[in-house]
Amino acid sequence: MIELKGINKSFDGVQIIKDVSASFEKGKVTQIIGKSGSGKSVLTKCVVGLHEPDSGQIIYDGQNYSDMRGSERTEIRKSIGMLFQASALFDSLTVLQNVMFPLTMFTDQSKSEMEDRANECLRKVNIIDKGHLFPAETSGGMQKRIAIARAIAMEPKYLFADEPNSGLDPQTAIVIDNLIQEITSEYNTTTVVVTHDMNSVMEVADKIIFIHNGQKWWQGTKEELIRTDNTELQDFVYASKFMKRLRESLLSGS
Amino acid sequence: MFETLKHIGAYGMLMKRVLSKPERWKIYKVRIIDEMDKLGVSSLGLVILLSIFMGAVICLQTATNIDSPLIPMTLVGYATRESVILELAPTMLSLILAGKVGSSIASELGSMRVTEQIDALDIMGVNSASYLILPKLVSALVFFPFLIIISMVLGIFGGYIVSVGTGILETQDYIDGIHLDFKLYHVFYAMVKTLFFAAIITTVSAYYGYTVKGGSLEVGKNSTKGVVSSSILILVFNYLLTQIMLI
Ligand SMILES: Nc1ncnc2c1ncn2[C@@H]1O[C@H](COP(=O)(O)OP(=O)(O)OP(=O)(O)O)[C@@H](O)[C@H]1O
Ligand SMILES: [Mg+2]
Repeated sequence: MIELKGINKSFDGVQIIKDVSASFEKGKVTQIIGKSGSGKSVLTKCVVGLHEPDSGQIIYDGQNYSDMRGSERTEIRKSIGMLFQASALFDSLTVLQNVMFPLTMFTDQSKSEMEDRANECLRKVNIIDKGHLFPAETSGGMQKRIAIARAIAMEPKYLFADEPNSGLDPQTAIVIDNLIQEITSEYNTTTVVVTHDMNSVMEVADKIIFIHNGQKWWQGTKEELIRTDNTELQDFVYASKFMKRLRESLLSGS
Repeated sequence: MFETLKHIGAYGMLMKRVLSKPERWKIYKVRIIDEMDKLGVSSLGLVILLSIFMGAVICLQTATNIDSPLIPMTLVGYATRESVILELAPTMLSLILAGKVGSSIASELGSMRVTEQIDALDIMGVNSASYLILPKLVSALVFFPFLIIISMVLGIFGGYIVSVGTGILETQDYIDGIHLDFKLYHVFYAMVKTLFFAAIITTVSAYYGYTVKGGSLEVGKNSTKGVVSSSILILVFNYLLTQIMLI
């Protein structure tokens, strides 16, 4: 479990994240939703330590990450898998080398052991016989899946994904969502997914956190989300007039 | 002024991370060999071409400018050798390498920054500064002196080709000239300069690449800034080191 307590973050005097407290449970998928520019990526980067929060605490399974120094943090980081908005595969390495990378950096396995593990992860995300290609030679959807394979190579305890299905067609997006859900239950990871894709929320979210202007505006389950009377959240979820009408007819029908 | 101080501070912090003890030597060894190939070997052709022409031009100019019969023609070889060893090989070539190697380092790291590849390294628990920059620094420190030695030899050889090819001076005079009053200390001085320049080129352009904020437009801008800053620093350090070592 990861707990956030009163996280604040400003850039050049502009406060982006405002006193956010939340918790992400083990073995569950927590989805962070919110408008573009609301601060979802900044918040996630604060949680994993790519940005230093101005104040507040981040606690990984009882260990206070905010108070830790370099080498202690490295230990936590080795148990984090992260998917970036733009995949962030190393473009000078092949697909297989990308997935092997964390293993070469942090384990003493032999080359063939590492290759076996990497191939196993690639098979899990359904990438077969593509290990020799470079990331630029694969499609966007494949890159996302390769990034997932790299993120799970070290069997992470925590999995973060920043818009794992942006730029993908709805079907491929669902494949990615299901993969994330599968991994969460298989490795019992604490999973945090940033998204503005409502399909994805309805598919995999165990818990939903809505960020509005850098604040935690709402949290709840899928069922609660449908019935919410929070105006900002309604505006976000049912952005189009069509969806608003659909909701009204749904609620009056049931 | 304030900007400059901020840069120096940030550069210092980055270097502290670059020079922290690497966790895995094995991986660094592979990376260093890789970088040597990328930074050094790929510059070899340019260095060879440039050095021969530099030496040839110096020889030509000195020879055509001597018209008093009182000045011995051995001076031509002497002047060519001294200018190649003291300035042309170490300084000129470093300035050119600042353009070639420096811009490639800055744009490589810059594009890794904007595509979040550096964040991906950090989040895995890898010291990205050290992993990416230290191998470049080490391979430049090892390989640049070789390049400069090659440049010295070929520069002097360039002058020799002129003496043989044009008949503007006796080949024997040229050969006597390059043996005249040879000081090994001058080669040592050139090597020290080269090491400084190698460190400047790799770390300054790495700094500009590593700290890119924004998109590909900024990558281009920062890579230019890296080349300009390292060139200026090369000129400043050239002056300082000359004052310290030759006076
Ligand atoms: N490194 C930074 N320096 C300064 N401002 C930043 C930085 N990173 C983000 N911001 C600002 O913080 C705000 C929130 O950005 P963030 O990337 O978190 O949005 P987001 O919710 O992830 O949006 P999207 O859904 O489009 O990815 C934006 O206004 C952005 O300009
Ligand atoms: Mg974002």
